Amino acid sequence: MRHPSEDDLVLYHYRESGRAGEIEAHLGTCESCRSSYRALTSVLAAVESAPVPEPDGAFEARMWHRLEPRLADAAGPGWPAIFRPSRLAFAGAVGVLVVAAFLVGRRYPAAPATPAPAPPTEAAASHEPARERILLVAVGDHLERSQIALVELVNSQARDEMDISSEQRRARDLVAANRLYRQAATREGETAVASVLDDLERVLLEVAHSPSKLSSTEFDEVRQRIESQGIIFKVRVVESNVRERQRQPAGDTVTAQTRS
Amino acid sequence: MEDADAAAVRLACAGDSSAFRLLVERHSRPVFRLAYRVTGNQQDAEDVVQETFYRAWRQLGRFESRSSFATWLHRITVNCALDHVRQRPRHVQLAHDDSSPEDVAAPAGSSAGEVPSPDRLAFSAEVRQRVVSALGELSPAERTAFVLRHFEGHSIEEIGRTLGLRTSATKHSIFRAVQKMRRALEPVTGWVVSLD
Repeated sequence: MRHPSEDDLVLYHYRESGRAGEIEAHLGTCESCRSSYRALTSVLAAVESAPVPEPDGAFEARMWHRLEPRLADAAGPGWPAIFRPSRLAFAGAVGVLVVAAFLVGRRYPAAPATPAPAPPTEAAASHEPARERILLVAVGDHLERSQIALVELVNSQARDEMDISSEQRRARDLVAANRLYRQAATREGETAVASVLDDLERVLLEVAHSPSKLSSTEFDEVRQRIESQGIIFKVRVVESNVRERQRQPAGDTVTAQTRS
Repeated sequence: MEDADAAAVRLACAGDSSAFRLLVERHSRPVFRLAYRVTGNQQDAEDVVQETFYRAWRQLGRFESRSSFATWLHRITVNCALDHVRQRPRHVQLAHDDSSPEDVAAPAGSSAGEVPSPDRLAFSAEVRQRVVSALGELSPAERTAFVLRHFEGHSIEEIGRTLGLRTSATKHSIFRAVQKMRRALEPVTGWVVSLD
């Protein structure tokens, strides 16, 4: 084979070459190319020493404090679509047309009466069920995942030595999500949901903080503690309640919530 | 932590800014590191972090939870950093932070636990200075393509998609970047290689 060019060697180094096998074989026999390749890898290894400063301990807080006022001014994801700038511009244009139509209308005989447009307060209020619905869907999914994780754990076949490290990783991840949902449920006044999430969090934390290697007796104790608290049952009940509320039309959700 | 990220994204989509704060706190350091690699300047990198999260907040409704939040944020960071570098005047593009040797945990070529000799320390400082200077000589496209390939391990095809370049143009950006790095570094690294 002909000698690989410098660009060929760069692609070879980054495992992007379509001729990797050929180049490798060539490097095995050609001292000059091997020397070029060694020089290239040595340069690229030196690039690793490019310093990246580590931000100070207050970095995250500083970033958030700079960002927060901008988010408040921006039309973010939590804003009802109707209030987004593009929609407001559209609404403004419609407003101009309405005023123009009104002025023109005064010069002509009155048209038959049409229903009055909905007041803006209704549009704003309509955002609340949408927000509640997003929370319901998210909490429903979370409860389902938690339920599966706990059922799999308690149904595990007890052995002399159990390794529950993968279940613990799962539990740790669920704890972090659970905390967010519990706080959101509390803020939204969903006390029944928040209470079950609180119980669930304790169980998940217990799993997460258990030793990762358990004897069959220790594993049975963990299983019994989970079962004695009835958490799987509670999670199942709340999840089905949440799913039921998701299925109801938007306007009925508040009524259903009051009933539960 | 993908479950927790997904939970925070869903709550943030419902307008919960405290959930978004959690995402900012969890991801701002990796975003900063990538932004610094592309911009080469601490203040610019912090501005990129700001812009990245601002754009993420505005586009959160479009985030598809099939991909991870970190991957999605990474793409926004690259675009913000590139926009930032393209917008700044040429003379600023060449200015870079002068990091002191203490900023770097281990000198180039040394292994953990090894006490470096004064010669080795001087060599490492020289290499670092040359790397920083050579990175500063790259154009925004060359630098971004090189950073994504070399430090972030992206494929050339992915880089092309991110930067809106054809594969051949992406390859050439990387080739030019490597050539410039070689010109700057070979006088010192070549000397060490010849001693090996």
